[in-house]
Parts: sequence; C-alpha cells; structure tokens
Amino acid sequence: MSDITKQSLSELVENIKSKKLSSSEVTKAFVERSEKSKELNAYITEDYANAVNKAKKFDEKPNLDLKLPGIPMAVKDLFCTKDLRTTAGSKILNNFVPTYESTVTQNIWNEGAILMGKLNCDEFAMGSSNETSFFGNVQNPIDKNLVPGGSSGGSSSAVAAQLTPITIGTDTGGSIRQPASFTGTVGLKPTYGSCSRYGIVAFASSLDQAGPMAQNVKDCALLQEVISTYDDKDSTSIDFKRNEYSKELTKDIKGKKVGIPKEYRVDGMPKEIEDLWKKGIEYAKDCGAEIIDISLPHTNYALPTYYIVAPAEASSNLARYDGVKYGFRAKGENLIDMYEKTRSEGFGAEVQRRIMIGTYVLSSGYYDAYYLKAQKVRKLIKNDFDEAFKKVDAILTPSTPSSAFKIGEKKDDPVSMYLNDIFTVPVNLAGLPGLSIPAGHDAKGYPLGLQIIGKAFDEQNILNISYAMEEKINFKNKINDWWIK
Amino acid sequence: MSIDLKTIKHISKLSRISVDEKKAEKLVGDLNSIFDFIEKLNELKTDNVEPLTSVAETTLKLRADEVKSKNLREQVIKNSPKENEDYFVVPKVIE
Repeated sequence: MSDITKQSLSELVENIKSKKLSSSEVTKAFVERSEKSKELNAYITEDYANAVNKAKKFDEKPNLDLKLPGIPMAVKDLFCTKDLRTTAGSKILNNFVPTYESTVTQNIWNEGAILMGKLNCDEFAMGSSNETSFFGNVQNPIDKNLVPGGSSGGSSSAVAAQLTPITIGTDTGGSIRQPASFTGTVGLKPTYGSCSRYGIVAFASSLDQAGPMAQNVKDCALLQEVISTYDDKDSTSIDFKRNEYSKELTKDIKGKKVGIPKEYRVDGMPKEIEDLWKKGIEYAKDCGAEIIDISLPHTNYALPTYYIVAPAEASSNLARYDGVKYGFRAKGENLIDMYEKTRSEGFGAEVQRRIMIGTYVLSSGYYDAYYLKAQKVRKLIKNDFDEAFKKVDAILTPSTPSSAFKIGEKKDDPVSMYLNDIFTVPVNLAGLPGLSIPAGHDAKGYPLGLQIIGKAFDEQNILNISYAMEEKINFKNKINDWWIK
Repeated sequence: MSIDLKTIKHISKLSRISVDEKKAEKLVGDLNSIFDFIEKLNELKTDNVEPLTSVAETTLKLRADEVKSKNLREQVIKNSPKENEDYFVVPKVIE
C-alpha cells in the first residue's frame, strides 16, 4: 500500500485491524520518512531500531482489540520514558535516563502503540517558538526557516510533516494549541486534572496538562480517550466520568450556544485574524450553533498573571536541578559554587530568566505584591469564565494573534514572544479545556487556527463542535516536502 | 519600580545561578521590560478577592505509605553525574 504516512491515525488503525497493513509496514514507513526529514530537527532522540523490532513482535501476535494496535508514535521529550533518554530540551538533562514511565505514555503503550522517539521542544517547555531548545531550532514543514510554534514544536512539526501519525504535547500557557495553529494541525489542551502529570517533567504544576496533537479532530478524540485516566500517582488528577470521546463524537451541534468574547478583539490584531474569526462564526452558525456575545472582562490581565504564576512555580520545580543526583554537573570550588555553575551552564537563557522572575516574585517582601496579587487576579479570570458558561456551552476565539513567524524574529524580545499566548493563557489559568483547529491561511499561505474553549470536563462538547466545523472549513495543509532532497 | 544590578545579583544568589557582569546587565533590561508588563495588575483592586491556589477543587486524598517500586538503586545511581559505588559524591562540605 503506497502513501502509508499520508493516512490519518483512524485510517491506519482500521487498516491494521482489517489486516490490510501490518504494524511493521506502518512503522517502517514512518521511520523511513522520519529519517529523510532530519532537516526539520523534530527529533531529539530516535529509537527507530527498537520501534521496528516492537512492530515485528506485535505482528507475530497481534492484539487487534486495542485502540492503537501497532501504531508507531513519537512523543514530546517532556514525558519520561523508561530506559530512553528524556531531556526536556535541556542540557541539564542531556544524559538523563528515567527509571519509570509517565502515566500518559504508559496508557498509550497499553493500547498497543509503539515508541519511535522523543520530539524536540522548548527547554522545560518554556517558549513559543522551539528556539529555546538546547537541541536547536525546529523547522516548520509549512515553509523554510519558519518556527513551528512552541513549546511542543517538535510535536507540531512531526505531525504536520507526517513523521508520526499522531503525538502528544504538553500545554502550560498554549504550548499545544499555538504550535497546532502554526502548523495547520489539531491540538487539544484538556481540563486540568484530566491527564495525569505523573512522569512529565514539571514546569508550572498548577497549569501543566498533557494533550493530543493530530491531523484531524477524530484522531485527536481517539488519543484523548486513551491518555485521559484517573491516576493516584498525581494528587491533582481528578476522578470524573470520562467519555469514549471518539465513539461519542458527533457533528450534530444544533442549538449549542457559542460565545464570542469581545475582549479578544485586541489592539493591533491583524485583519487576517479578525476575518478568520468572522469566518469561524459563520461556520459555527452553518453547523447550527447559536452565537452569543459575551464578556470576559479580565482577559487583558491574563498574561501578566501568567508571567507571575508560571515562573514562580517553575522556580520552585526547577530547584531540583542541582547537579547532585542526576543531570549535568559543572565543576565548582565548593558545594555552593558547584550549584551556581551547574545551573548557570546547564540552563539556557530563557529558563534562567524565568527562574529569576519566579524567585523574585516569591522572595521576602515581594510575595504579596506579586504572587498573591496574581493568584487573586487568577480568581477573577476564572470567575469571568464561570459567569460566561452560565450563558454558553463553548467559546470561540482565534488561537493566536498571528501566523507563524520566522526563526530569530522574536527571539531577543521576551515580551513580544510572550504575546503569542494572549488567547491561550486564560484557558490554562482557569483550568479549562481548549482546542485549536486549522481554519484558514493568511496571505503568505501560512495556516491560522481557531480556538474552542469548553467548560471543565466538557471535552466531548468542544470535540463535537470542532468536528462539525472541521467539515465546513475543509482545511487543506499546504506542504510540499521542501526539506526532502 | 525598577530592578537594578544589585537586585539582579541578589536574585541570582537566591536562585543559585551565577551571573557575570554582562549577563547581569542583560537581565536588568529583560526583567524590567517583563515587570513593566506585569505591573498592569496594579490597575485592579483585589482587596476582597480570595486567591486561587488550585483550579482542581478537590481535597488531597490519603494513601497508605507503601513501597511499590522495586529496588532501583543501580539504575538511579547510573544517572548520577559522578559515580562512586553506592553513593552520590559532592564537593567537600565539612572542613
């Protein structure tokens, strides 16, 4: 069968289940394409030989009742994988080999999928362009020298370029949805507590969530169904009734109330984004949804709140990297000197910047003025959503304020880089599910995404709305394999 | 308010990240532009707002204090930057 890598996850699952394709054929096809795509720099660690062996073993005794039978998959290098190097995109973890498996990846392997390798990402998931990775920039398959978004940039690049049929990323302030938007793919950030954080390298614990990234909504629903489980190894995992999202997926969204928040019409937003949003509203109406104007008055305060809360939590989480028990160690004259040099040489500039912001806002005399203040504003932001969801079932916004930008374009201006996440950050602060679907192209032909935000634990509803809209939008990604010689 | 070189050096010490003069000066600029942006929060009155510490409104569950993993000493030690049989070795702490 030709063009295996062009098939969606759902097609591959069906073809393996009906024995039209073997796991070996599928795995080899994705491995071959990954090998030809080194220029994208999507992988940090390749595990191809093992993947091909596992596929062979699967084919010898195939269990076709599984949800991901013999499906090869590469995952973001923020998930701990037992016996396979896990770097979080950082020099400080360059040689770290976990002795345990993250719950989310374990769930995936339990359903029959096969690990192909670990995908590039911004260092400790701190970035919006994949430029903070110790392992170098990732190319967006859409165009040369274009960022794939971040922090799950290797993931978005790999899915868009069809190096893996599907993948997982993590999203602390937009790290799944923004790269999905930049690459013309679908990305879901689930409700906080839906997917276990056990075994995911921690960035900001009250915001981090793992989620699926896919070529279409149906594939996204299937992977969400696999990765979302209650886990007693994560104290903030929530025990709620989880749907079989892919089975319950429907395009019937007639009468669903979709809110349009006026505060998302930000100053200086390009006309292309405004037009895309208007088109999105028309698509939603065409699908039978009812459009309702709403207000989220504290939207403008979300980014400043995020840039206190996330660095504060990061500074605490990253205190563990001291060069003692694992990871990189620099030579020092004494213990303190060793710590300081290890962290100075082991972390990149953006991570150091955020640790220092976090340390400052938590330091004596500043805690109330910054951290406590931010927690209070976070409450106001959550209240805004609670009020809005009394009137609507979902909220429709653009995913990002622009399309993908060139590598290097925003690297030296942290604040302009942070503004990328203006539409995605409020969702993390409120712990809600949000999904980005590709919805059009800008004048340069680069993809643009729309975000659908749901009530807590209502992933099914936003998947359904996206599924219905996806059909109307009929998006086609423009990728010409420029990196393959 | 603005963050000066002295403050950067203080934070650097608290963070256990060494910074030389050049890096410190760059951080002064970066952190000031970030804090200018953060100061926007002062527009809001929040005296009577409860701080939100977690969006997951659950009480922490208790569990039995049992060892569930196998003895992984060897594998764990392997990740150590400087091996010495069964111990983690660090620079001399006691004179």
